[in-house]
Amino acid sequence: MATHRFVAPSPLPGFGLSFGLTMAALSAVVLLPIAMLVGRGIALGPAELWGMVNTPRIWTALGLSFRAALIASLVNLVFGLLLAWVLVRYRFPGRRLIDAAVDLPFALPTAVAGIALTALYAPNGAFGQLLPVRVAYAEPGIWLALIFIGLPFVVRSVQPVLEELDPELEEASATLGASRAVTLRRVVLPTLTPALLTGFALALARSVGEYGSVIFIAGNLPFETEIAPLLIVIRLEEYNYDAAAAIGIAMLMISFAMLLALNLIQTWTRRRTGHA
Amino acid sequence: MPRRQTTDGAPFHRRAILALIAAGLAATTAPGARAQEEVQILNVSYDPTREFYREYNAWFADWWQAEGNGPLTLRQSHGGSGGQARAVIDGLEATVATLALSADIDAIAARTGKIPEDWQSRLAHNSAPYTSTIVFLVRDGNPKGITDWGDLVAEDVEVITPNPKTSGGARWNFLAAWAWALDAYGGDEARAREYMAELFANVPVLDTGARGATNTFAQRGLGDVLLAWENEAFLALEEQGEDAFDIVVPSISMLAEPPVTVVDGNITSNEQREAAFAYLRQLYSPQAQALAVRHHYRAWDTSEVPQYELDRFPELTRVSIDAFGGWTEAQPRFFGDGGIFDQVYEGR
Repeated sequence: MATHRFVAPSPLPGFGLSFGLTMAALSAVVLLPIAMLVGRGIALGPAELWGMVNTPRIWTALGLSFRAALIASLVNLVFGLLLAWVLVRYRFPGRRLIDAAVDLPFALPTAVAGIALTALYAPNGAFGQLLPVRVAYAEPGIWLALIFIGLPFVVRSVQPVLEELDPELEEASATLGASRAVTLRRVVLPTLTPALLTGFALALARSVGEYGSVIFIAGNLPFETEIAPLLIVIRLEEYNYDAAAAIGIAMLMISFAMLLALNLIQTWTRRRTGHA
Repeated sequence: MPRRQTTDGAPFHRRAILALIAAGLAATTAPGARAQEEVQILNVSYDPTREFYREYNAWFADWWQAEGNGPLTLRQSHGGSGGQARAVIDGLEATVATLALSADIDAIAARTGKIPEDWQSRLAHNSAPYTSTIVFLVRDGNPKGITDWGDLVAEDVEVITPNPKTSGGARWNFLAAWAWALDAYGGDEARAREYMAELFANVPVLDTGARGATNTFAQRGLGDVLLAWENEAFLALEEQGEDAFDIVVPSISMLAEPPVTVVDGNITSNEQREAAFAYLRQLYSPQAQALAVRHHYRAWDTSEVPQYELDRFPELTRVSIDAFGGWTEAQPRFFGDGGIFDQVYEGR
């Protein structure tokens, strides 16, 4: 009986109210601002938009922003999985402390993170002095800041799935003669893939638009370490709202294409492995 | 990103809180009767004036009450000059604007109509009660032997300056270098551009604001010379100790005139208008001018300034922005999209 009621077409009361509230909230904080941005672009027309975006300086900045975000998210994919694994599978003193620390990049104002990283990795900083390559005020500095802000996304996406993953599966795989590498490749990773992809996509999306922390560590030289969000701010300082919107729309479109591709990959792996 | 923050002058903190509560109550109970009791002034200013206006607000509030006027709440907001101008354009209810460049106030006037076009002639000295200039801050003992703009393009010299696109101070830096180059090369603009390209080839970091650049130079130890507001340079000496850096005054620099104005469109009562104009006029009083000098600005009226304070400011040729046709012409020509700064960078 109970299950029957659950699959009925409009089973739960209050659908209209909750859906209305959801859409109102979503519109107020997400849809309307983005619609305004897109509307500004439509008012300008595609030719005008293209003219504003199609300059070597903007392409260099967009390239840098997406490249750095990709590198940082890939590092986070590996490092985040490792961290989640350690936190779920091992018991050691201070585990809860480290577990809580993973969320710090969410809580810390990104400017603070940027300044702290710069202080450490500047040529006269504690780490910067020891490193043979320049980190702060060069592209690796941008990667570093983006790794910092993106890390929790991967850890927090993978952790719950990993907790559900029964160690007996791995033991069964081992008793059937699989080596550790095969077990990891054929049993563990496929289960984690959707969560890993989700974390990766979140980290990527977050770091593409990051401004606060990067601005302190980047150096901000045009054609070298100037990120696309800084170019938006520069256009705003020129009171050139249209050009700022044009760069914003370009970033929106590239991000959208990337997230769409990631989603397609996710659907595909889900169908292939059968994991939800 | 420069952060905007609003602070109350310390001695008035309690009173300000009470006033805010009172204003809040008045607003909920009797919306019409609010402005009668308490005059509020919000001074929207730029970054380096924070300490100066904190003291000036305390002084002015005392003076205002001594003149037999009603209670007054003074609030101040600081951030990058351009960002502050945009905040006012977007609706921040500034009573007075005290920014780094007249171009920023022009932008408010042009975009909102809240300030009359001839605002700059309403107060003395182009509405600039204090002035400053651009100087060099070098490491202690001046190891690279930097004495003037020409030394900045030597191969082994690193120069720290913020981005002229995002920092008002950096625009003054750029124009000061440009003014020197034009003078040194007999007005040959092509040579001046070459000089600027060489200069910016020596810049390893472009911070978004003047304070950020000062930190990069002072805290991170980057660069041999910092192009800075004179008042910022003195502040760095004050904070880091006299033996950390030397100030080098070049032969030519800019006459930086940070202007002040009342934002007429945001005035809600006659009392407020009176207080706002008095607030700006008193900046020219001998006491306020002495205060400005203590905060390392150059003043017009030095009658209350002790001689030893004046000795800190050596004479130099200071070029006015008028030499570049004022900010309305200089801004798009040098710093607009595709302007001389962009050309210098893209031609590197």
